[in-house]
Amino acid sequence: MILTLSHFSAAVLFAVFASVVFGITQRSTSREQFRYGLYCFAMFVGGVFVAGWVMWFLRR
Amino acid sequence: MANSSSGKKSSEATEAATPPLTTMAVLAPAVGWLIPGAGHLIQKRWTRGVLLLGSIATMFVLGLLMQGHVYQPNGGDILDMLGFVGDVGAGGLYILTQVMNWGAGAISHATADYGTKYLIVAGLLNFISAADAYHIAVGKKP
Repeated sequence: MILTLSHFSAAVLFAVFASVVFGITQRSTSREQFRYGLYCFAMFVGGVFVAGWVMWFLRR
Repeated sequence: MANSSSGKKSSEATEAATPPLTTMAVLAPAVGWLIPGAGHLIQKRWTRGVLLLGSIATMFVLGLLMQGHVYQPNGGDILDMLGFVGDVGAGGLYILTQVMNWGAGAISHATADYGTKYLIVAGLLNFISAADAYHIAVGKKP
């Protein structure tokens, strides 16, 4: 079985799993862990969009 | 006299800063490396352990399903060695992969490169998870 994901879905899945681990390991209380996980996820996905637009401008 | 007094104080401070070496402080990171999240589970951090296990194991399996490249111990090239260090962080998952001969030897299509990165990052995240289990065991983290 070969799993073929689009670039975007692969990046979003990556962001989900990495954010969960970062949230749990980098903060102490449950509330802080949840908030930091969400922050990391937003940064990952935001970074994908920023990098996408930068590459679009470079290609023009 | 003043020097010996300050030296004594600094050695006391060092002793106070050094965490106690308990059985759990050794066992938790070792078990956590072998099975992702298990270092938290044996310390009864059930939710954290299950989430870590789910995240790291799923990431590793997705990497395999995307036909990611599994690095071998005798890569030769420096980047291959770094890739191996990342892969081996997944512990038991990497050992199982080697035993069952899973994973691709060479990248054959575009998304397989994502698979390679998934495998490496799953291992690196497991290193962080094992370090976190150690911090819980020595009381640095609740």
